[in-house]
Amino acid sequence: MLTIDNLHATVADTPILKGLSLTVAAGEIHAIMGPNGAGKSTLAYVLGGRPGYEVTEGSVTFMGQDLFAMEPHERAAAGLFLGFQYPVEIPGVSFVQFLREALNSQRKARGEDPLSGGDFLKLAKAKAALLKLDMEMLKRQVNVGFSGGEKKRAEMVQMGILDPSFAVLDETDSGLDIDALRVVGEGINAIMRDPSKGVLLITHYQRLLDVVKPDKVSVLAAGRIAQTGGPELAQRLEEEGYDAVMADA
Amino acid sequence: MTRLWLMPEAAILERPTNRDEAWRYADADYLAEAELALLTGWQELHIPAGEAREETRIVEAGVERLRVNVGQGARYALFAINAAGPYARLEVEVTLEEGAHFEFGGVTLGGGNKVQEFVTRTIHAQPNATSNQIVRAVQWGRSTGNFLGRIEVVKHAQKTDAAQNFRAMLLEKGASANTKPELEIFADDVQCAHGAAIGQLDEAARYYMAARGIAPDVARKLLVQAFIGDAFVEMSDQSQAESMLERALAQLDEAAL
Repeated sequence: MLTIDNLHATVADTPILKGLSLTVAAGEIHAIMGPNGAGKSTLAYVLGGRPGYEVTEGSVTFMGQDLFAMEPHERAAAGLFLGFQYPVEIPGVSFVQFLREALNSQRKARGEDPLSGGDFLKLAKAKAALLKLDMEMLKRQVNVGFSGGEKKRAEMVQMGILDPSFAVLDETDSGLDIDALRVVGEGINAIMRDPSKGVLLITHYQRLLDVVKPDKVSVLAAGRIAQTGGPELAQRLEEEGYDAVMADA
Repeated sequence: MTRLWLMPEAAILERPTNRDEAWRYADADYLAEAELALLTGWQELHIPAGEAREETRIVEAGVERLRVNVGQGARYALFAINAAGPYARLEVEVTLEEGAHFEFGGVTLGGGNKVQEFVTRTIHAQPNATSNQIVRAVQWGRSTGNFLGRIEVVKHAQKTDAAQNFRAMLLEKGASANTKPELEIFADDVQCAHGAAIGQLDEAARYYMAARGIAPDVARKLLVQAFIGDAFVEMSDQSQAESMLERALAQLDEAAL
């Protein structure tokens, strides 16, 4: 579903990704763990096409297409969702308006009819309920005045509404308390656990992986995949730390 | 009816030039060629004591000058879009009697070489009057958006509360915006707030929208809409505010940036 081959990328001329290769098959949840500064967020932004993140070598194939030939909004329409570590506040634009534009832009790009206001609100209500987010919050301005945890739940509500084929989730668990972590984890399962979907789950902690059980776990260090294994690898990382696990590798 | 006009320049019927403070950013060619009566005349309006009036205005090319006297306890609200050119100016001079209120929301919006401006002079002539002005400029090409807002508080106009806020968003290099708040306060128990900022489209917000599948032109429109929306927030009729917004945004569609 997603094939990353020998990816090199720079940020402000500093090389961050240095030959990263990774494949995620349909039906797979692949966790990426790694120490601070390893390049985890850079990987997420490169996949999402954020300006300032320059690919200098390598390729990414997403559902048979060259990902880098697509603009960021085209990647979204093609089914890629990027869950932000730091969701952006947009004063003056309501979540309802923002998400309806987003969904209908994607539908238009795929040659589908736009969703009516009523149908959209029904869908938004259902997904907000799934993530235990008060529907009233979606009537407010995008992320403005939301707590860290509310922002992350709102990210998952967005994912539920947009229903992507593939999600890259960048530290979606950061800033969540234990209860919210469970709600978000179960949300990810409900929305993305599907034989036709895939997830790249970037996280620092084992806790989220207790809820969203990954099929594979990779360790990202110094811009490359240092090690790939099953869920037990995450367990070992939690117990022994990155240095010990990577020294054994 | 007592008229308390404070207008030191009233006697001057000479052709204004860019050397005059209130005309410093005006289009010099227009000033040189326009009919003198247009540049020196006023349309006059009086809001009787205790009454409220709200108006919208679509500014047309050239100069429009409006002089308003807002009676005791009366309210005058004016919401304007200035998307015209090559030179378009709306000048409003308001005199506030005791406890009166002046509300102004203005949006300039344009490209090419257009010069669009709002010039206000708000005279707090009696105590307890309030005024609030919000102007937003959205410019592209080599256009210019200006807001010159002068607030005068006479000596006995205690408990005056005057606020002025200007923000400009420049969509392209080469576009510009000017503002010059002027406060002349002779009373001592007053509140006068003013703020100004010039910026560009929020790149983080644009990317966030793109990441959700919103095409760049739609994202820009949403952000501009949010930006200029501030100027129409105080409109009493929400559907009218929306049609003002749509009217302004239509300019952006035509721009095809």
